[in-house]
Amino acid sequence: MKTYGKVRALDGLDLAVPRGSVLAVLGPNGAGKTTSVRVLTTLLRPDSGRAEVAGIDVLRHPERVRERIGLSGQYAAVDEHLTGFENLDMVGRLYHLGRRVARERARELLGVLDLEDAADRPVRTYSGGMRRRLDLAAALVARPQVLFLDEPTTGLDPRSRVGMWQVLSGLVAEGTTVLLTTQYLEEADRLAHSIVVIDHGKVIAQGTSDELKAKVGGDVVEVVVADHDQVPYTVSALDGLGQGTPVVEEHTRKVSMALSGTRPAAEVLVEALRRLDGEAVRMLDIAVRRPTLDDVFLTLTGHVSEPDQEPDTVAAGGRKGRGR
Amino acid sequence: MSGALQVMGDGFVIAKRNLIKVKRVPDLLVASTLSPIMFVLLFAYVFGGSIDVPGVNYREFLIAGIFAQTMIFGATITGMSLAEDLQKGVIDRFRSLPMSQAGVLIGRTSADVMFNLLVITVMSVTGLIVGWRIRTSFLEALAGFVLLVLFAYAISWVMAVVGLLVRVPEVFNNAVFIMIFPLTFIANTFVPSDNLPTVLRAFAEWNPVSAVTQAARELFGNTNPLQPVPEAWPLQNPVLYTLLWVVVTLAVFVPLSVAQYRRAAAR
Ligand SMILES: Nc1ncnc2c1ncn2[C@@H]1O[C@H](COP(=O)(O)OP(=O)(O)O)[C@@H](O)[C@H]1O
Ligand SMILES: [Mg+2]
Repeated sequence: MKTYGKVRALDGLDLAVPRGSVLAVLGPNGAGKTTSVRVLTTLLRPDSGRAEVAGIDVLRHPERVRERIGLSGQYAAVDEHLTGFENLDMVGRLYHLGRRVARERARELLGVLDLEDAADRPVRTYSGGMRRRLDLAAALVARPQVLFLDEPTTGLDPRSRVGMWQVLSGLVAEGTTVLLTTQYLEEADRLAHSIVVIDHGKVIAQGTSDELKAKVGGDVVEVVVADHDQVPYTVSALDGLGQGTPVVEEHTRKVSMALSGTRPAAEVLVEALRRLDGEAVRMLDIAVRRPTLDDVFLTLTGHVSEPDQEPDTVAAGGRKGRGR
Repeated sequence: MSGALQVMGDGFVIAKRNLIKVKRVPDLLVASTLSPIMFVLLFAYVFGGSIDVPGVNYREFLIAGIFAQTMIFGATITGMSLAEDLQKGVIDRFRSLPMSQAGVLIGRTSADVMFNLLVITVMSVTGLIVGWRIRTSFLEALAGFVLLVLFAYAISWVMAVVGLLVRVPEVFNNAVFIMIFPLTFIANTFVPSDNLPTVLRAFAEWNPVSAVTQAARELFGNTNPLQPVPEAWPLQNPVLYTLLWVVVTLAVFVPLSVAQYRRAAAR
C-alpha cells in the first residue's frame, strides 16, 4: 500500500509475472500504474507490503534488484545535451560494463532501435518517438532479467507507436520478462501474455487477453442509422448476432452489439448487413470496433473510468453506467 | 568493485556528462561571466571614482571581491542542475541503476568546480585588462585561487541541498537570490567593511565571503601592508577562517545533501 496524503495510490495491489512472460498492467490515468512501477524498481518505498523482483526482496536489497532490471519510465529520462550514443555509453558505464563493452553495447542498441543516423546528434534534436526509443535502449543496456516499461507509447503518434510495438514484440520473442503499463487495451493485447486491470490502486480483473475479452465481450458491431424511426428495426435485425441485447444510444442514433467471439467478426458483419438490408434500414455508418479500455471498465466496474477529482455527474445511489 | 573506487568511478562518469553540457551550451559560460564582467566595469569605471580605499588602487581592491561573488554564483549551478535533473526524471534513471548514489552528487559538484575554474580564468583576464595585478609569488597566488575554488566547492554542497529541497529550477533561482544577495553585498567585496553601520559591520566581518575575499587580496598582494586590517578575528586570520568554514560546511552539508537526495528522489 502507498498513500499520498488522502489518496491511496496503491491499495492492496498484488501482481506476479512468471519468468520470461509479459504482464500488462492496464488502467486509466491515476490508477496507480506509475506508483507500482516505482515501487518495483526501488524508486519508492511503499507504506506497507512487500515486493520481489527476480527472486530478490526489493525493500531489503534494492541495490541487487537494480543490477537485474531495466526501467523506461513514463517520461523519457534521457539527457538533452548528450548525443544518443553518449547517453547509452554513460548508462553502460554506470552499470559498470567497462569502457569497451559499454561503447559496443551503445552502438549495437542504437542499431536495434533504428537510431543509427541520429546517434551522434544531441538528443535535443530528437522527436518524441526517438526519445522514447532511446529511453528504451537505456533500459536494455545491461540485458536486464526484468524490464519495466511505464506507458511506453503514450503520447506517440500512431506511426511511432507501431514502430515501438515492433521493437517490443522482438524483445518479447527473445523471452525477456517484462512488466508494462498501458492505457490501451490494444497494446496489452498485442504485447502481453497476461493482463491485469487496475483502478484506484486495486486489481479489478486479470487473465489472458482472451479471458478478459470473454468477460468484456469481444469486438463490437456499431451501426449508425439515418433516422430515429429506424432504430427499432436495427435493434431487431442485430438481436441474436452477439451477446445479450443491442445497446442503443438515442441521441447519436447508434446501435451497438457486443460479439461473442465464437464466430469471426467479418462473418457476423456480413450477416448483419444482409439483415439490415432486408429491413431496408438506411445506414450512415457500420463498423466493427475493438473493445476499448472504456468497454473494459464499463463491463468490469459498471462505470466508465474517470479521473479521481472529476465530480460525479451520476445521480445519488452510486456510480452507475454512464453513456459513452 | 570496492566502495570508494566505485564512488569515484561513477562520479567521474557523471562529471563527464555534466561537462559535456558546458561544452554543448556555451551560453552557460557566457551567462555566468557576463554579469560579473558588467560588475567589474560598473564598479571600476562608474562607482570606483567615488569609493576610496586607503592605500590601494580601487581596481586592485575590487577584483578579489568580484572573484568571490562570481564563485558563489558559479556554485549555484549545482543546485539548479540537480533541480532540473529531478524534474526531468534523469535522477530517477540514475536511481534505477546499480551505481553509487553519492556518485551523482560528487560528479555534479566536481563538474561545477571545473566550470568555476573556467569562470575564474575568464574573470582573471578581465581583471588584468582593467588593471588588476598579482604582486606576490606564484605559489601565493596559486593558494589564493585554490582557496576561492575550495570556497565555491563548499557552497556547491549548500546549493545541492537547496536545489534538492525546492525541486523546481525557477523556485531555486528565487530562493538562492535571497540567500546570496546579503552574503555577497554585506561584506568587504566592493567597499571596505569599516564604514558600515555597527550591526551590518559585525555581519560583514564574520561573513565568510569577507574572509575569503580578504584572504585572496592578501595572497594576490592587493592590500597595503601599512593599512590596519579590521580587528575582527576572521579578518585577522582570513585564510584559517575560510578553511575552517569550508571544513565545517562540508561536514554538515555533504551528509545533508546525500540524505536530501534520497528523500527528494523517493517521492
Ligand atoms: N508524488 C505524488 N504526490 C501526491 N500524489 C501522487 C503522487 N504520485 C501519484 N500520486 C497520486 O497517486 C495516484 C496514482 O498515481 P499514478 O501511479 O501516477 O497513476 P498512473 O500512473 O496509473 O496514472 C493518483 O491519484 C495520483 O494523483
Ligand atoms: Mg503513470
